[in-house]
Amino acid sequence: MIETKNLSRRFGDLTAVDSVSFTVGDGEVFGFLGPNGAGKTTTVRMLCCLISKTSGEARIGDYDIGRSEDALKIRRLIGLIPENVGLYEGLTAYDNLDFYGKLYDRTESQRKESITSLLKMLELWEKKDVPVATFSKGMKQKLAIALALVHDPQILFMDEPTANLDPEAAKTVRDFILDLKKQKKTIFLNTHNLDEAQRICDRIAILNTTLRAIGTPEELERSVRGRVTVIQLEQSNAAVLDAVKKLGLGDASAEGNKLTISLADPEKDNATILDAVFRAGGRIQSVNVVGSTLEDAYLKLVREKEKV
Amino acid sequence: MNLRHSWVIALKDIKIFIRKRTVLYTLVLLPLLLSVIFPVVIEYGGRSSGGITGPEIPGLLHSFEWFFVIIPAIIPAPMASYSIVGEKLEKSLERLLATPTTDGEILLGKSIATFIPAIIATYAGATIFMALIDSVTYGKLGYYYYPNWDMGIILLLAPLALLLSIELNIITSSRVSDVRSASQLGSLMFLPFIGIYLASELGVITLDSSTLLILAGVIAILDVVMFRVSTSIFQREQILTKWK
Repeated sequence: MIETKNLSRRFGDLTAVDSVSFTVGDGEVFGFLGPNGAGKTTTVRMLCCLISKTSGEARIGDYDIGRSEDALKIRRLIGLIPENVGLYEGLTAYDNLDFYGKLYDRTESQRKESITSLLKMLELWEKKDVPVATFSKGMKQKLAIALALVHDPQILFMDEPTANLDPEAAKTVRDFILDLKKQKKTIFLNTHNLDEAQRICDRIAILNTTLRAIGTPEELERSVRGRVTVIQLEQSNAAVLDAVKKLGLGDASAEGNKLTISLADPEKDNATILDAVFRAGGRIQSVNVVGSTLEDAYLKLVREKEKV
Repeated sequence: MNLRHSWVIALKDIKIFIRKRTVLYTLVLLPLLLSVIFPVVIEYGGRSSGGITGPEIPGLLHSFEWFFVIIPAIIPAPMASYSIVGEKLEKSLERLLATPTTDGEILLGKSIATFIPAIIATYAGATIFMALIDSVTYGKLGYYYYPNWDMGIILLLAPLALLLSIELNIITSSRVSDVRSASQLGSLMFLPFIGIYLASELGVITLDSSTLLILAGVIAILDVVMFRVSTSIFQREQILTKWK
């Protein structure tokens, strides 16, 4: 549904996005993670045909973002929730939605139906005739999402949809995104909220001008290093550490009564390790498997110089 | 070009302007004020020296009439300059540009939004002016001075001057990044019309019917050229990436 190949954008001497390639499938929630200035918004703007690419290719559905005659067709296919909510503060919630519905050539009955349904779903129906200027940040963000959905697009681009929201409002927005996921909408989510990306996204790409990694949250966690098995012993025992090291399954170290072994696949190797510990005379108090987090992966990958 | 899109954008902007009272007052105040001031001048002017005489009236009114070309060149500045900068200030421009509308449709919508209230205010002012002038001059002239052909041509020139001013204001608005600069630059758009007025007062040109018709033709051509210029210099990419 969304496909880019060596997509790049330069502003004068500054390269904002450098040779980025990825695909996003139908109904997928795709997270685009990166620090400020990583090129996330520039990528979204290119994909929404708001700014041109410098080089490379990108397709939205059957359309090419580089062809000017495809731009209007692409914009009809997508919904954009920009970083700034972009509401007309002097107009009511209903008028804001109706305005965008008309620009997407929805009939009056289609507009009425979708506006009613969206406002009710986002718990804004009671406020439909109130000027948006009086809304809280959370309400404005919910309305911003509704604006992007008024023409029932199949693809949604969301640029930091929960930024600057309080935890409760952020949760409401996240829950709504999860509802959209159930409706099989394709969602391209720009964020630097790792927890949000992990909870919502099927796959995540990490960007810092170049694409650093792409995969499921679990794959990214594992890509940094394997997980760690931590064995708490009753007493420290050098023979136990030697026995584990001899297995050669992963880096092992001891600190006091705690034995730590880095493993690619703890579920497979733990039984062998525990057997070796037992045979070396170790008395086990507890065993824990600790994984590297998405944050570990993110921090390592955004700091790397080389691209994928 | 989908004219329906332009109309939708125009109606939305008019709705917003109606809520911005100061913008609306600026629009209505000048035409209404002048429509009353000129008849007052005719009625009470030169009282100490016996008042304005019948033969002096047509020449005086001829000078006043040109103000109904100057007014539409002045009054759209606050609205037209707000058109693009205002969208940027409300941070709504990115979303608007992401809809399936073309630059031409957006700019035409912005022009219509300014044109309709401004022309209503101008024509309302002109109607009041003509009615009041007729009531104060009938006694001295012995006939109703208005309506006449010259004023008819002036009322044809008014929307053309208005369109030119709107286009120039929108061009300014899409090149600067704050409403104040846009409005200040936009308010200078009436200067060429003041220049024509001064030239006629100094006798350099005569604003007779044929000159007015030539001016109408020239301004109509400029309107078309300026609309094309405004769409060609409307750089959505620059507005999105460089404006802060």
